[in-house]
Amino acid sequence: MRRILSVCVLVLGTLATPLLADENVTTFTLDNGMDVLVLEDHRAPVAVQMVWYRAGAADEPPGHSGIAHFLEHLLFKGTDTLAPGEFSKTVAANGGTDNAFTSWDYTAYYQRVAADRLELMMRMESDRMRNLRLSEEDIVTERQVILEERNQRTDSDPGALFGEQRRAAQYMNHPYGIPVIGWRHEMEQLSMEDAMAFYERFYAPNNAILIVAGDVEPEEVRTLAETYYGPLAPTEGLAPRVRPQEPPQLSERRLTYSDPRVSQPYVTRSYLAPVRRAGAQEEAAALTLLANLLGGSSTTSVLARKLQFEEQTAIYTGAFYDGTSLDPMSFGLVIVPQEGVPLAEAEAALDRALAEFIEEGVDPEQFARLKAQIRASEIYARDDVQAAARRYGMALTTGLTVDDVQAWPEVLMAVTEQDVIDAAKAVFDKRRAVTGWLMREETAQAEEVTQ
Amino acid sequence: MMMRMIRSALAAATLLALPALPALAAVEIQEVKSEGGFTAWLVEEHTIPFVALELRFKGGANLDPEGKRGAINLMTGLLEEGAGDLDARGFAEAREALAASYDFDVYDDTLTISAQFLTENRAEAVALLRKALVETRFDQDAIDRVRAQVVSIIQSDEKDPNAIAARTFDALAFGDHPYATPRDGTLESIAALTREDMFEARDRVIAKDRVYVGAVGDITPEQLSELMDALLSDLPETGAPPVPDAEYALEGGVTVVPFPSPQSVVIFGHEGIKRDDEDFFAAYVMNQILGAGGFSSRLMEEVREKRGLTYGISTFLVPMDHAETVQGQVASSNETVAEAIEVIRAEWRRMAEEGVTEEELRDAKTYLTGAYPLRFDGNGTIANIIVGMQTQGLPIDYIATRNDKVEAVTREDVARVAKRLLDADALHFVVVGQPEGLETTN
Repeated sequence: MRRILSVCVLVLGTLATPLLADENVTTFTLDNGMDVLVLEDHRAPVAVQMVWYRAGAADEPPGHSGIAHFLEHLLFKGTDTLAPGEFSKTVAANGGTDNAFTSWDYTAYYQRVAADRLELMMRMESDRMRNLRLSEEDIVTERQVILEERNQRTDSDPGALFGEQRRAAQYMNHPYGIPVIGWRHEMEQLSMEDAMAFYERFYAPNNAILIVAGDVEPEEVRTLAETYYGPLAPTEGLAPRVRPQEPPQLSERRLTYSDPRVSQPYVTRSYLAPVRRAGAQEEAAALTLLANLLGGSSTTSVLARKLQFEEQTAIYTGAFYDGTSLDPMSFGLVIVPQEGVPLAEAEAALDRALAEFIEEGVDPEQFARLKAQIRASEIYARDDVQAAARRYGMALTTGLTVDDVQAWPEVLMAVTEQDVIDAAKAVFDKRRAVTGWLMREETAQAEEVTQ
Repeated sequence: MMMRMIRSALAAATLLALPALPALAAVEIQEVKSEGGFTAWLVEEHTIPFVALELRFKGGANLDPEGKRGAINLMTGLLEEGAGDLDARGFAEAREALAASYDFDVYDDTLTISAQFLTENRAEAVALLRKALVETRFDQDAIDRVRAQVVSIIQSDEKDPNAIAARTFDALAFGDHPYATPRDGTLESIAALTREDMFEARDRVIAKDRVYVGAVGDITPEQLSELMDALLSDLPETGAPPVPDAEYALEGGVTVVPFPSPQSVVIFGHEGIKRDDEDFFAAYVMNQILGAGGFSSRLMEEVREKRGLTYGISTFLVPMDHAETVQGQVASSNETVAEAIEVIRAEWRRMAEEGVTEEELRDAKTYLTGAYPLRFDGNGTIANIIVGMQTQGLPIDYIATRNDKVEAVTREDVARVAKRLLDADALHFVVVGQPEGLETTN
């Protein structure tokens, strides 16, 4: 089935597509500390400029959740030389598109334009790195917009609300437990002062990475970057990114959530999991392959085979892991039961399938097919330079280096079947897990009766 | 306030000073005819050793047999669930071993197949895809499994405000035409579908007389010609006849569908304009300014930027094969949605009465003509574009002439088409939520 169930949106894609070995990558650093990376692809006269800040929702001051994302919206207001809204209008008037996105570890802005418009984009992007000018009216109106965004993305979607609660339970101390959009009661209080404090501290050349991809020459990018970003003042005394870390997680956590808008109940489980580290990506690579073996295909994966084809307890199963993150993240599993299968039974079936997998070991044929796909993905990846730019941006804002990014395909290919089983044994520890049941209101009552 | 005015004036000057836009990327489309009588459009691109292949079968889910709504959708989901000597898992394993991808999708007017495969095993990848199309097994266990997935999707859609809004609008607008009902079918209609229905559904759509082919990548015209004959020669000659055009039956007003949510989701629209209408480009430019242009559009400016009533609003021209609408969507808090609707109606009226300014027209044209060449930036993307051109009946040199058609649109053209097309009183708003101050009109 092509159309996947809506539960899939709770977690992002698993197979971190590796990068090609022979891509054209140039890197350098400006005198003020700004890192620059150029990715060449001369097949179409298009350029993408991205500026990534090493600042995201997990870098927010406590009690001001949502400020990183709110500031992302406010960057489209004015500067000394640009009126509110003029940035995007100018991009559009040049045939380009632009947008931005915020995560826990980064905030990024990008424009996609004809290659000969790169200079204008750099002029405007460098301007708003240091010269943002906000009015009280901007704050009041845009705060309404982000509250509407929260309404639309989170409060209107029981699956999203449930995900927020589960994440809060997963992290007992780390700010990954706070939603990027923010908790509503804190969003309502976000102020000009909050925005400007975050902006002045983090939006600086020594905390940013410029990535230019497409039909560009590295020397031309260097000249433009020196002209436009070069004169910007760095933030002095920017401390290393040290967030509150998790204490030992000793106690399994379990959540139920019921909502009249739920049509399809399901069970999720997430385990605290290690991530890619500079020079040490092996464990994350094994977990990446583990997620693919367990849940990467709706037909051939271990969970699909056992639970959808053989036992027929599930209509959908999945496994999710993305190891590109500054601090430990999670390894996720989901099972959507067949009509009539209670959630307790679905959860037991999931646990049984995991135990059997560790007991039986990796199917060598499945492992070989997965390696063939990883190899091929290096070829397919060359068709999309913007996606490659995005992977570099995510890696470089989460503590990895260009070398780590380029080594990733080899590290994935070097993973053995035993590595995968060892990684599974290490990660599947219920003391570090959150198990969640999403229920219809009537299911909730029925489950209570049976317990 | 003063400062802002000055900044805007400076900005306008900056915009005017920009150089002319670059020429289009060299997208050279060749027409390839095979011995077996198939035609494809091809862009050769030999730098990366893979091919993106796009197939389109006209008719899509509209061709569901009477009383069997959902048959073609279910059939499409089963194409990769077993073929020839391979069961569902065997088929998936064979595809994975080749590192090929096949995506099967169905829409109201078209069934689409998007395939990507490596040069090193192209013949095997094409042979496997052929199996899916002509040796489909439709095993009963696969039918039951995929049907359970469709049931879950239908049940989810019943509680999804966006799906409820779209379904309600379609049901009100299109009477007894297939457009009026979801192509997934209903729980009752798909429960009754049999294995025989799957074979019939396949042969109604996947036939030689309605296939369009686009290919981009590491393949020559000769190789593509052989590929088409290998892939398509065993399909049935003809499929089911097309459905008649739909009568648009919806009058202006409001339909409220109660739904427990802090926010109301709105779909609105009225009758639209055909793709081959001589004013289509004028309408396209007008819609860009009205609501399709993201942060540059009037509706985004008025509803989001000035009033903070929504996170996003957009409008679309929807020229389908058998009906055409202009539609939009917005979501706003239950307390503010009535105000958002008022603003939308006012903007609709303003556009119909006043048209656009010279500056808006210039900016929209610069965007549309500048953005067009940026679309052609990947094998899969280009294959998708060139097969779409064929299904719409556009000429093979369309890409080179398209920007001229946009440039030719004048303020008078936009004013004429806005007056003809947009009618604030004919707009119907389907509102899903608990809106304050809104009730269903008769």
